[in-house]
Amino acid sequence: MLSEKALELIKELDRSKDGKLPAFNEDIIRKVLEEMNTLFQQNQRDVGEAAAGEIRYFPSIHLRHAALDRNKRCLLSYLYNRLERIRTMRWEFGSILPADIRANLCEPEIQWFNRYNKNLASYMRSLGEAGGLDLTQDTKPPKNLYVEVRCLRDYGEWEVEEGDTVVLQKDTTHYLPLAACHHLIRQGVLEQVE
Amino acid sequence: MSDNEEDIIEGSDEEGEAMTASEVLQKLEEAWITERMSPTLEKHQSELVDCMLDQINQMSENLKRCKKYDFRLAIHKMEIDRIRYVLSSYLRVRLEKIERFAHHLLEKQTNLSNEDLSILSPQEAAYAKDYASSLEAHFQNLVLQHVPENLRTFDRGKMSVKPNLDSYVFLKVKQATPGVLLEDDTGEGRDEEVDFKEGSQYLMRYKPIMELLQSGAVTLI
Repeated sequence: MLSEKALELIKELDRSKDGKLPAFNEDIIRKVLEEMNTLFQQNQRDVGEAAAGEIRYFPSIHLRHAALDRNKRCLLSYLYNRLERIRTMRWEFGSILPADIRANLCEPEIQWFNRYNKNLASYMRSLGEAGGLDLTQDTKPPKNLYVEVRCLRDYGEWEVEEGDTVVLQKDTTHYLPLAACHHLIRQGVLEQVE
Repeated sequence: MSDNEEDIIEGSDEEGEAMTASEVLQKLEEAWITERMSPTLEKHQSELVDCMLDQINQMSENLKRCKKYDFRLAIHKMEIDRIRYVLSSYLRVRLEKIERFAHHLLEKQTNLSNEDLSILSPQEAAYAKDYASSLEAHFQNLVLQHVPENLRTFDRGKMSVKPNLDSYVFLKVKQATPGVLLEDDTGEGRDEEVDFKEGSQYLMRYKPIMELLQSGAVTLI
């Protein structure tokens, strides 16, 4: 069946919607491109004869052309879908991706990610007049100025804005201003206690 | 709350129309709700955004100078946090829409005759251009180079995503508008004319009320 391999790519992405991004399937992409080239060459041969007036080649030319279009569409949507997921990860994880996710990206995707980072950073810097606004912070409406947090790991001493130091030992709870410990919560050192 | 604001902020009106800080915030919140509810990208409000950012920075500076009167300090910090959240959320929603409709918006942008009619702010336009070209370069690199010659072009017309102007939105009428024409979408010619009374609320498609929204006669809720 024509275009079966291309459909496999789409199915792979569909199956992994909730989990992590699967590894870049270079193998299948190469096979799809091979199929496209074969179809195209077959078409080239037949077009020569069809132009000479042989009508019976028309349906097969159309069919191959439709298969070529479909392959191209599947490939492009595979790529685009992966890029969308990578973009979501930028907003979740920040500008540096964890190593296990990086392993699943191919080299052009990593380059795209870096370029997206740069673009986003220069946009955020250009907002307002004094250095810009970091849009990846403040994802939830602020509820409280201070939060109760529990330490998950030993972190040592931590200095809060007003100058008091807090010792972050494992399993101790503290009442700290949200702005100060926000990024520690994201890193996983502190955990918010409901 | 506005008393406390006037208290600490010195010289809050910067714009030609001399709006107070609270009016700017009010307008920003309206723009934020509209942007979130609308299926397409609305006109940019970069003056409001810039003004508000400036306010926040000024307030933060003033707070640093204040002594540690915990109560007032805490309340102002919470206010700053809230304003920053609204700003961030507004700009984030716009970025998401720009990324989704990148090619479509850029096309509209190039067809504009007048700079003032632009929906994108200059920074957003630059962002959109770079994003669109990074997408194209990526596709070119990975797929289009290796594909047979007649399929090598990246057909922008086919690839662009257009916003769905027929999606339904809730709206509230601010100014009474008689005779709003609602085209019938089943094509049977049953066009309806509705009189919008002030204060009434409707649920309808976005397209017929698009212009009313822009002129301020209705707001999205």
